[in-house]
Amino acid sequence: MPKLTIDGREIEVEAGTTIMQAADQLGIEIPRFCYHERLAIAGNCRMCLVEVEKSPKPVASCAMPVGEGMVVKTDTPTVLKARKGVMEFLLINHPLDCPICDQGGECDLQDEAMAYGGDRGRYKEEKRAVKEKSYGPLVKPIMTRCIHCTRCVRFITDVAGVPELGGTFRGEHLEIGTYVEKALSSELSGNIIDLCPVGALTNKPYAFTARSWELKKTESVDVFDAVGANIRVDTRGNQVMRVIPRVNDEVNEEWLGDKSRFAVDGLLRQRLDRPYVRKDGKLVAASWGEALAVVADKLKSLDGGKIAALAGDMADAEAMVAAKDLFTKLGSANLDCRQDGARIGTGPRASYLFNTGIAGIEEADALLLIGTNPRKEAPVLNARIRKRYTKGKFPIASVGPRTNLTYKYEHLGAEAAVLTAIADGSHPFAATLKAAQKPMLVIGQGALSRLDGDILLGLARKIAETCGLVKDGWNGFNVLHTAAARVGGLDLGFLPGSGGRDVEAILSGAEKGEIGLVYLLGADEIDTKRLGQAFVVYQGSHGDAGAHRADVILPGAAYTEKDATFVNTEGRVQHTRLAVFPPGEAKEDWKILRALAEQAGVALGYDDLAGVRARLVEVNPVFAAEGPAVAAWGAFGAEGQPSSDPLESPIDNYYMTDPISRASQTMAECTATFVGCAHKRTGTNG
Amino acid sequence: MSSTTTDDSFQPASFAFSAENLDKAQATIAKYPAGRQRSAVMPLLDLVQRQEGWVSLAAMNLVAEMLDLAPIRVYEVATFYTMFNLKPVGKYHLQVCTNLPCMLRGSQEIVEACQAELGVGLGETTADGTFTLSEVECLGACVNAPVIWIGDDYYEDLSVESTKALIAALKRGEEPKPGSQSGRQFSAPASGPTTLTTLAGGDA
Repeated sequence: MPKLTIDGREIEVEAGTTIMQAADQLGIEIPRFCYHERLAIAGNCRMCLVEVEKSPKPVASCAMPVGEGMVVKTDTPTVLKARKGVMEFLLINHPLDCPICDQGGECDLQDEAMAYGGDRGRYKEEKRAVKEKSYGPLVKPIMTRCIHCTRCVRFITDVAGVPELGGTFRGEHLEIGTYVEKALSSELSGNIIDLCPVGALTNKPYAFTARSWELKKTESVDVFDAVGANIRVDTRGNQVMRVIPRVNDEVNEEWLGDKSRFAVDGLLRQRLDRPYVRKDGKLVAASWGEALAVVADKLKSLDGGKIAALAGDMADAEAMVAAKDLFTKLGSANLDCRQDGARIGTGPRASYLFNTGIAGIEEADALLLIGTNPRKEAPVLNARIRKRYTKGKFPIASVGPRTNLTYKYEHLGAEAAVLTAIADGSHPFAATLKAAQKPMLVIGQGALSRLDGDILLGLARKIAETCGLVKDGWNGFNVLHTAAARVGGLDLGFLPGSGGRDVEAILSGAEKGEIGLVYLLGADEIDTKRLGQAFVVYQGSHGDAGAHRADVILPGAAYTEKDATFVNTEGRVQHTRLAVFPPGEAKEDWKILRALAEQAGVALGYDDLAGVRARLVEVNPVFAAEGPAVAAWGAFGAEGQPSSDPLESPIDNYYMTDPISRASQTMAECTATFVGCAHKRTGTNG
Repeated sequence: MSSTTTDDSFQPASFAFSAENLDKAQATIAKYPAGRQRSAVMPLLDLVQRQEGWVSLAAMNLVAEMLDLAPIRVYEVATFYTMFNLKPVGKYHLQVCTNLPCMLRGSQEIVEACQAELGVGLGETTADGTFTLSEVECLGACVNAPVIWIGDDYYEDLSVESTKALIAALKRGEEPKPGSQSGRQFSAPASGPTTLTTLAGGDA
């Protein structure tokens, strides 16, 4: 391990470390524009120049590996002069439009110019301007501001795997762009906004709405998919202005999917801000007391077997445990959190988790995808698969939709017969899995939500067991969920109890009149026409399918408006935090159920958040765990002959999958741009 | 210079190599080891330009497809090298060097002579589509300055008269002799040999 001296301080680092990384370890700040920890090294901005003894000229520290006995100086007059020179060149063509630039206040160039910029310009000639471009509805390019660091190009090419950006022309005429007018088709395109060190790429829907210093920052968790990306919710007043990712190497590194970032304008639209009660066929605004009394009376009047509750894809664990407790105490076992009818959750915890872990993908050496399109179902997780793929020696095969996943894979077909062949070892990919040290498979909701989902789950278990996916210290069996609420619901056993009905039986029961009341806890992805004559209570944040059918609407809080618990597909327990207050009279969801229980004469046994959380731990100790616990293996799934229908992904329009994104104007624009206007607006029930 | 995005009316809908050029293209691709076919991007673009006179968007997309590259990677290369014409050019593309050595030897007058003879400005094409006049950076033939580059040939040691004669010959459809227009051999001294004069008979 080479030892070197930086500014008189000695440090020993791993061979291959760059001078900049070594300096970062010492906490010595070196300015940079093109360098980024998670991208390939380019070395083209030249801002990170340092002096190295015995080197005739300043050295770009981001691209220079350390050597034994190297003596580096980062604070000499030569270094300062060199960096000032670089800054002056960068500022030659950079417009002085900070007052009207959205990056103002969080701009690397602005910050570094404070340290290295001159107090006046010496450049008297004409500045260059770049013709206006368009990258689609999400990213706003103002390429006159571009300093050609190529971070966006490297991200889109290497990380997102959708090579649509490049540097065209050269020298003075160099332009970063798509060359042909084109909307960036990556589901991760928003990340280039964060990466851009200047104001060349900014957030289009957020344009000119707020300044970074006016925003209140709340650390939270994303709920638009089951990855549970860590986010920061930026608010002003009682409005969510934008969402940006937080670093969590275990989950999302520092990336965020476009839906998670841009659908937040849906938090302002179609909101349920007061209770409603249907009178003479029309929903009429009501007070909380009135609405709760109507529901409580109905609950009390019906036998336990005639009431049912369905939890939606964004329901938090607190609300689900309160709903479960309420319905159990009312004598009902008709509970389900699987709106899509996924045949999962009855086995051990390992049967419904992404056991390998998202970071664990990087250790794997073979991958089988079953009935899933991770690019649409979990773009950030797909980026992790691609990251592993780019390191090489990672055979990937897919049984399911044939689509561009941003990496190469072998398409084995779309029929379940292939799985049977892999399970009995007659398919060549079985040998690939067996030969691998750490093989993994990912089974998606496209497989599990079919009628033969439990048979497919059993087949996947058989593959896992016969091909060596499950062994000491490695579990390569993974379920990729699409709903943020799902794993939490399964952990809480928000499932039909003994003699209880599942989602299909609840709906058919409602149709036949055997179910008198259906309580929809944010459940909108069901066919509401099938609710028949049942009395429908909708508790949720948005006026979507469920609320339209409801007889009573109880306005709940969206994920940015409550302290709530979500469990991601890996089984990682994470919490959202209240960033803004729910609109109008809307309340946090568990509190609504707590109040309803009181009206219905049921004691839930908890009155505050700490109490609910204690109850969560009581129901399932995993809620007390920090990070995902290793889940024990066991028997699950069913034996049988799977149907010959092709396996498909449950998501065909990534941009609209839930009540919030369906209410978002930005997501509607994305749908029009990338999917086509005529596209049906469906969710996971598609 | 800017991207071609705003006005693309001159872009053809499709491009295909001629049978002969397709063979050449495949032979070029085969020269590179498996997985390194992208190295053929410049020879292929050159082949396109030799066939069409310029490199259209459709042609770049085809080259990208042939080499299993993202189209943007081909755009980057094609736009980086100014020798690739991204817009249609005339049958004769007169590229006049105006860098320092040529300028000192009178390239400004050469440019003016071309403009007068052809009736077009720099970067323009004559109405009949025969001539395109461009100003280019150093062509590396400073010793024979001033220089005009047409097709695969350099026309060197130009004067206003010889430039006019050159254009007149091209207009007549002749093929003027490339190289020095002042009569000297290659880049030998313009005033005759200055060394080895005793061997002038050439019988050494």
